[in-house]
Amino acid sequence: MPRPSFPPEQIHLLSVPGIRDTDRFGNWGDRLLLLTLWLCGAVAGLVSLLLVAYVCAQSAPFLRDIGLLRLFTDPRWAPRQGWFNLVPMLIGSLYVTLGAVSVASIWGVGIAIFNAFYAPATIARVVRSVLSLRAGIPSVVYGLWGLTALVPLLNRLYPPGFSVLLGILILTIMILPMIALLADAAFQAIPQEHVLGAAALGCTRWQIICGVAIPAARPGLATAVLFGLTRALGETIAVSVVMGNTIAIPDHILAPARTLTAHIALEMGYAVEDHRAALFVAGGLVLGIVSTIIIAAAFLDQRGSTMT
Amino acid sequence: MALSVIGFFAWVVSDMFFRGAQHLSWDFLMHPPRSAGRSGGISTILVGTLCIIALALVIAVPIGLGAAILLAEFGKTVETVTYWVRRSLDLLAGVPSIVFGLFGLAFFGEYLGWGWSILSGGMTLACMILPVLIRSTEKSLRAVPQSLRHGAAALGLSKRTALWHLTLPAAAPGITAGLVLSIGRALAETAALLFTAGSAIRMPESWFDSARPLSYHIYLLAIEVPGGQERAYTSAVILIGMLLLLNGLAMVLMRRVRRRLTAA
Repeated sequence: MPRPSFPPEQIHLLSVPGIRDTDRFGNWGDRLLLLTLWLCGAVAGLVSLLLVAYVCAQSAPFLRDIGLLRLFTDPRWAPRQGWFNLVPMLIGSLYVTLGAVSVASIWGVGIAIFNAFYAPATIARVVRSVLSLRAGIPSVVYGLWGLTALVPLLNRLYPPGFSVLLGILILTIMILPMIALLADAAFQAIPQEHVLGAAALGCTRWQIICGVAIPAARPGLATAVLFGLTRALGETIAVSVVMGNTIAIPDHILAPARTLTAHIALEMGYAVEDHRAALFVAGGLVLGIVSTIIIAAAFLDQRGSTMT
Repeated sequence: MALSVIGFFAWVVSDMFFRGAQHLSWDFLMHPPRSAGRSGGISTILVGTLCIIALALVIAVPIGLGAAILLAEFGKTVETVTYWVRRSLDLLAGVPSIVFGLFGLAFFGEYLGWGWSILSGGMTLACMILPVLIRSTEKSLRAVPQSLRHGAAALGLSKRTALWHLTLPAAAPGITAGLVLSIGRALAETAALLFTAGSAIRMPESWFDSARPLSYHIYLLAIEVPGGQERAYTSAVILIGMLLLLNGLAMVLMRRVRRRLTAA
C-alpha cells in the first residue's frame, strides 16, 4: 500500500486509507457545521472587501470632480478655498517613516542577532518578554510620554520642540519591538544544520552571522522590516502629538511637520463634502501603499519558504 | 551588541520613570465619576470603554472562531475559499487603524446610520481585532497534534464531535491567550475609534450612545485640555496596568499550552 509522501502535518484526514469522506457528504450535523464555518470565513473575508469598497466609494466624488492630480499641484492645503495640496503631509509622512524604519531596522536586527547568537538563554527570554510588553503599549501612551518628556527637552535646545526628529524617535521606539521580535523569529527559523555546519568548518561567530545567518534569514528579515514599515505608515496618534502638526514642508529635521495619517485624524472631525472626500482619498492612498507593501511581503514570504 | 541590550533596557527604565512621575492621585481616579475633565475620576470612561470592547468581542469571537476553525480544520475541503479568506485577512491585519476609522465612519456611522455610538465603535473594533484573533486561534488549532484527530476518526466520531469534545478543549489555552492579546490590542486602539465612538463623557445609557474610550481620553487630556496632563498620566497608568495584567494572563496561558504539549 503506497504511503502518502508529504510531511506528517500535512496529512489530511481524507488521505488516510479507510476514512470515510464525512466532510462533504456526511450527516446533516457536519454539513451544518461546515456551512456555519463557511459563513464565518466569508464574513471575515467580506470585511476587507467592504473596507476597500467604502474607502473607494467615499473618495470617488473627489476623484471625479476635482481629480487626483490636484492633490499634488495645488498651491497649498486650504480646503475652504478649494485647495487640496497633500504634498507637505506626504513629505512629512515620508521623512518620519523612512527615518524611523531605517533606524529601527538596524537596531532591531542588531538586537535580534544579539539575542539569537550571543545571549545566554535566560537573558534571551527576558529580552523577548520585555519586547513583547513594549510592543503592547498603546501609541497614546508613547505620545503622552513624548509630549511631556521629550518635547520640553528639545524645546530647551531648539525652540519649537515639536519636530520631525521627535517623530522619528517616537516611531522608532514604537516599531522597534516588532521588528526585533520578527527578526528574532527569522533567526530562530534558520535550520540548525547551516549554523552548525559553518561552525564545524571553523568559522568565527561573526563570520557565521554575516555569511550564513543573515542570508538565510533574509526573507524573514525583509518581512520584519516591511511590517515595521506598514506599522510606521499607519501610526497616527503618537506622531501627531510630538510633531506639531503644522502644514508645511519641513525644511530641516528640527522643523515641525504633519504626517498624512495625523492629517486625516485631525481634520476629519469637521470636514464636509469635498474636504471629506479628499481626506478619504488620503486614507485610500495610505491603504494602497500599505496593501502594496503587504502583498510584497507575502511574496517574499512565499519565496523564502520554498527556499530550503 | 551589548549596546543594544543596554539601549533598550534604558528605554524600559525611562518608560517606567514617566509612569511613576505622575503617580499622584491614583486612588482618586479609581471610581468617582467625572466632573470637568481636569478633575474627578474616570468611571464613566471605564464603563464606556468596557462596553465598546465587550461589544467588539461578542461580535468578533464567534466569527473569528468559526473562520479559524474553517481555516485550520477544513482547509483542504474548500480550498479556494480558504485561500481568499486568508489573503484578505492578511491584508486586513496590516491596514492602519485610521483607515479602519474612516471605514467605520462611512459604513457603521453613516450607511447604517448609527452615528457616533458604542455600536459603531464596537463594530469597527471587532473588524480590527478579527485578523489577529483568527490568526492566533488558527495557530493554536494547528498546534493540536494530528494524532488526536486521527484517533477520533478511527473511532468513527464525526468531525463535529471530534471538534467539540477533543480539538477545541485541547487548543483552548492557546485560543484564550490569543483572545487576551486581542483584548489588549483593542484597549490600546485609539485612531479607529476617533470617528466612530465619539467622545461623550457621561455614562452611556444605550448602545446608541456615544462613549469615550480610555485611550482617546488620554489623548484628549494630553492635547486639548490645558492642565489635564496629570489626569492623562494617571489614566495612562491605569491603561498600562490593565494591559500588563492581560499580557501576564496571556503568558501564563501560553506556558500552560507549552507544558501540555510537551507533556503529551
